[in-house]
Amino acid sequence: MSRRFNHTLVAGSVLAIALLPAALGDFGVALANDVGISVLVVLGLVLLTGVGGATSFGQAAFVGIAAYASAWLTTVHGASPWLGLLFATTVTGGAALAIGMLTLRLGGHYLPLSTIAWGLAIAMLFGNIEALGRHTGLANIPALQLGPWSLLDARAIYYLIWTIVGLAFLFCHNLLGSRAGRAIRSLRGGSTLLASVGADAYRVRLSLFVTAALLAAVAGWLYAHKNRYISPSPFGLRASIEYLLMAICGGVGHLAGALLGPGLLLALKNLLQDALPMLSKSGERLETLAFGVVFIALLQRARGGAMGFVGRHLGRQATLTPAKPTTVSPLPRRRLPPPGAEVLRVQGVVKRFGGLVAVDGVSFSVAAGEIVGLIGPNGAGKSTLFNLLTGTLPLSAGAVSFCGRDIGGLSARTIASLGMARSFQHVKLRPNMSLIDNVALGAHLRSGCGMLRGGLRLDRREERQIAAEALRQLERIGLAERAFELAGSLPLGTQRVLEVGRALAADPVLLVLDEPAAGLRKLEKRALAELLRRLREEGVTILIVEHDMDFVMKLVDRLVVMNFGAKLLEGTPAAVRADPRVQDAYLGSVA
Amino acid sequence: MSWDLVFILLVDGLANGAVYLLAGIGLVLIFSVTRVVFVPFGDVVAFAALTLAAFEAGRLPPTIGLVALLAVLATGAEAWRLWRAGQPEGILRAILGWGLLPLTPCALAYLAAGSDRPAAVQIAAAILLVLPITPLIARLTLQPIADASVLVLLMVSLVLHFLLSGLGLLFFGAEGTRTRPLTGLAWNIAEGYSVSGQIIMMVVAALLLSLLFYLAFEYTLTGKALRATAVNRRGARLVGIRPAHTALLVYSCASLLAGMIGVLVAPVTTMYYDSGFVIGLKSFIAAIIGAMVSYPLTAAGALVVGVSESFASYWSGALKDAIVFGLLIPVLMLRSAMAQQVEEEVDEIDP
Amino acid sequence: MKPRHFAAVLCLAVATGAGAADLKVGLSTSLTGPAASIGIPYAKGMKAALAYKGEVGGRKIQLITLDDGSDPTTAARNARKLVDEDKVDILMGTSGAPSAMAMAGVGREAKTPMIALTPIALDGEDGAWLVAVAQPASLMVGAAVERMKKNGVKSVGYIGFSDAWGDLVYDALVKAAEPAGIKVVANERYARADSSVTGQVLKVLAAKPDAVMNGGSGTPGALPFLALAERNYKGGLYGSHALINADFVRVAGASAEGLIAPTGPVIVAEQLPAANPIRKVAMDFRAAYLREHGVPTTDAFSAYAFDGWLVFLDAAARALKKAEPGTPAFRVALRDALIVTKEVVGSHGVHNFKPGNRYGFDERGRVLVKLEKGQWILLP
Repeated sequence: MSRRFNHTLVAGSVLAIALLPAALGDFGVALANDVGISVLVVLGLVLLTGVGGATSFGQAAFVGIAAYASAWLTTVHGASPWLGLLFATTVTGGAALAIGMLTLRLGGHYLPLSTIAWGLAIAMLFGNIEALGRHTGLANIPALQLGPWSLLDARAIYYLIWTIVGLAFLFCHNLLGSRAGRAIRSLRGGSTLLASVGADAYRVRLSLFVTAALLAAVAGWLYAHKNRYISPSPFGLRASIEYLLMAICGGVGHLAGALLGPGLLLALKNLLQDALPMLSKSGERLETLAFGVVFIALLQRARGGAMGFVGRHLGRQATLTPAKPTTVSPLPRRRLPPPGAEVLRVQGVVKRFGGLVAVDGVSFSVAAGEIVGLIGPNGAGKSTLFNLLTGTLPLSAGAVSFCGRDIGGLSARTIASLGMARSFQHVKLRPNMSLIDNVALGAHLRSGCGMLRGGLRLDRREERQIAAEALRQLERIGLAERAFELAGSLPLGTQRVLEVGRALAADPVLLVLDEPAAGLRKLEKRALAELLRRLREEGVTILIVEHDMDFVMKLVDRLVVMNFGAKLLEGTPAAVRADPRVQDAYLGSVA
Repeated sequence: MSWDLVFILLVDGLANGAVYLLAGIGLVLIFSVTRVVFVPFGDVVAFAALTLAAFEAGRLPPTIGLVALLAVLATGAEAWRLWRAGQPEGILRAILGWGLLPLTPCALAYLAAGSDRPAAVQIAAAILLVLPITPLIARLTLQPIADASVLVLLMVSLVLHFLLSGLGLLFFGAEGTRTRPLTGLAWNIAEGYSVSGQIIMMVVAALLLSLLFYLAFEYTLTGKALRATAVNRRGARLVGIRPAHTALLVYSCASLLAGMIGVLVAPVTTMYYDSGFVIGLKSFIAAIIGAMVSYPLTAAGALVVGVSESFASYWSGALKDAIVFGLLIPVLMLRSAMAQQVEEEVDEIDP
Repeated sequence: MKPRHFAAVLCLAVATGAGAADLKVGLSTSLTGPAASIGIPYAKGMKAALAYKGEVGGRKIQLITLDDGSDPTTAARNARKLVDEDKVDILMGTSGAPSAMAMAGVGREAKTPMIALTPIALDGEDGAWLVAVAQPASLMVGAAVERMKKNGVKSVGYIGFSDAWGDLVYDALVKAAEPAGIKVVANERYARADSSVTGQVLKVLAAKPDAVMNGGSGTPGALPFLALAERNYKGGLYGSHALINADFVRVAGASAEGLIAPTGPVIVAEQLPAANPIRKVAMDFRAAYLREHGVPTTDAFSAYAFDGWLVFLDAAARALKKAEPGTPAFRVALRDALIVTKEVVGSHGVHNFKPGNRYGFDERGRVLVKLEKGQWILLP
């Protein structure tokens, strides 16, 4: 699907939304207002749950906090609703920040469950606070006033709601295409992936969580001043589930799904409400049942929701196109150590897991400009050592220094920021991101625009620099022609190459590769070896941890051989090949 | 707070916890094999209780119609699948397995309804009648999307809950029921304080049943096959364990469990068409504390939830659930910190 | 059914629906969700009322019922739909004060009168389009408190729902108890679907009240009585009028023996003196309900819907003299007629509305009943 088609689609949607009130009756407009408010909440869910992978059963609670905050300020203290908006977003943002800081480190199913917990608890609090009208709620909330115009009428507030929706969409669209957006889109790949490019998954998730809460807050503010009456029950668990259903129904992985989901769901409910009484005498009682059946049928046909359905029929597409890499000044580069200087020094490193000693006093060093191979049979402790070097696992004893700095206790993220870039044994690419985006993720630390600047498109200069750099790295690894394809469509060998490209985008001092040849076919191995050799000629320092002897032999300057967690010997490929202990170790592991 | 108060609250909490324990085991069972958080589990519990109440009231439970309808739909779906797969010879078996087998308890229930059958017959009929519900529903709704993401499966299962509780409302009405206690005995602890025999019976039954399930999973071949599937789905398939079969097995086990819970709780608490959600939610917490895989931890979690709920209702009835869920967050943080720091990738969303 | 056939059926249905009825009543009620135990009787009572008298001034009345799923947002949306799409002349609904308030807001904005079937009060201009046909909690709870005083109760413990109804009954209790010299010593709450209230009941008992007041409704309201009986509580049992239906008696069993509760006369219609005009209307309602649904009515809620209907019929008959149904003028006329309603006898009482008084009840709209051996006995 072409970019032009996309533009036409967007322009068409905007026009349709602008003209809709002319075609609808008063109730239709009111329904469209409800849809618009839900779209804001669901947009946050698409970001948080769909893209970010953190399922939230608590969005309605944020809607509630904002609605109550603004309602309280305007009814009890007689403030202007616009001041209410400021207050509502501040309170909701603060609450989200506090809740997020408490719970967002939770892994697995603990996170969704914690959202149920606070979602339920907050809604319950509303009903027990005297100043908030307890279970009966707050009435007589003032309608919005825009200069001389009152927005009491459904048609009047329609344009405010949908303008806000439009701006929110624009913000989210820009955000996902930005530097912060690439990190957000990588959250599902796990925190190790993000740490390897120097991003903090927790902080990314936290800012995402607050953003989603702020979208819910704007929705809550609109809800309060549109309905002019609020009570606790629309902000409970049931409502949160409803928002999730909308997101799933529209397609939780696409921004457009946030528009389709609420629209489809509310339209379906309205249709059932009209149609069922005609089909059965007690039809009005069957609405929930019919809705359930239709919903399940939809998910069975298209588990990606309506957008999945659309995508299947219009062809898949990389929805986000990065900035055009026009002539810009290149990203600043790191000062690399002179050839031959010591880059990495490993001294007596030990790692124990309980009683098991996985790595036992290994020492070696890597100098700038050379390729060193770390080899050994299965279970020799190579991968553990790799994780120790990159900061993924903490050391039990010993020391590791990188460019003269002790990195023993540092986090993976800090080590990455010092210039150590890594690849993964099990490839960690973002299959739904384009090649250029995957590589651009590697340049995360060489740029600095945050979510706000990304969402407001104030990052264009930097984005052009990043795009140019990513394209340059893609050229370097020979994938420039496929820059805008999805990474998931590449064969495994090419994916490995792409991971090298991502690592290169970080402008590393040292490239550490974790079993790059594992699972590759012969031709793929040859191509990869070719690339690494070329990189060495360009002066890149590389440490390869590898199981495959043949692959490294022809490639490296020096080899460190491990067995049973300890260093067996160190030397040139020829010396290692000749050593009988190495053959024993490999054969022994086979026997 | 005096000791007798503590004791009463503790007993009350254990009674709650016993229910969450059994339901939690059911949830863990289903999740570990199918990755589905089976929210409607609680609704099946409610169906069992309300079905029993209908028997006691001398009415024909409408559950019969539901099971029959589901059986017809499932048979149709299975036959259609076989036909399309070019295996028409399997259709007869499908009719037997998906049609006649679930219809048998319907026939039994039909016979058991009516004036004054012995309580044991009514209870057995109620348990047997709800037994086919879970596997049939899973066959119709979840099996066709068995490989979807956990989120989509969870959403379908939530909608299933809305569907089942909606049906419950239609069948049994909005008002609640209690069934006759199986025993009128009570254990007098002190002046004015007694524990009803029914509650003791329920707690003991829950403990025995959970022990039974635990042993079955630890020590029988089928149990091991199930656990293997839970640990590694693809691996299990490679050694010849068929996921659809194991799923059917766990759904049936869970359904049986739900039926038993239903008849156990029906005499000690008022059951409504929508009671299932609360039971499901609280036992879900227990299951999460058990990390969705560990049976003993789930048991501990269930009892903790039950007891803290009971004490919270003493401290502040209005904020009871807020307190229970508030306490939950530190527990979750602890559990999350204790869980091994394995790198977690979230599964990709469905296209 | 093929889409085209479906569309044809739809068109036919719409075509036959329009024009057949001159007056339109829009009912939004909770047919599903937590408030369904109250919302379903409303719908059934309303259907019985329609069958009882489906025309006024020679014009047929059409009833449109929508389900709000116990959600105030949906209730407001339903109200808007009824007003804008169905062009109803009057709104009625719904279970739960929050949902009814949400509907009333729409009615006010759209200038459409509303009869609330649940006790809500909006003051001044906000309530200008609203009347309520359910007794205010103060009237009912006040009667219970008077009886407490007569029975020598000095302290009362409260246990009720943690929802708007629980708040309403508690507030009414506190307001009535103080002048009567009765202390409210406990305020405990529980959720409708809770499986146990042991903790709350222990706390109420710890305050050693002479009597316990229950602010629940229907079968979930039985739970505190069961727990109190388990703890051998011997004090007085009082409840609100929302408790009263046959299912409550079935579930509470012996534990609620001796319970005293206020209610509308409809519950004990057969025990009323023959001269009481309410008796006849209540009996008519019961007969109409039995005819329509094939089962006898056992609750008070369906009767509110019936009363709402009667109040509407009375006002509509007067409004029809001023304007044509379906027009804004008619809705204004209907509102004006509603708020000067005089002496309309319903099954729950006699309704009188004045511009300043949205609750049409007086002492005739409440009786006290006592539960004896599973039967509600009218207390003198």
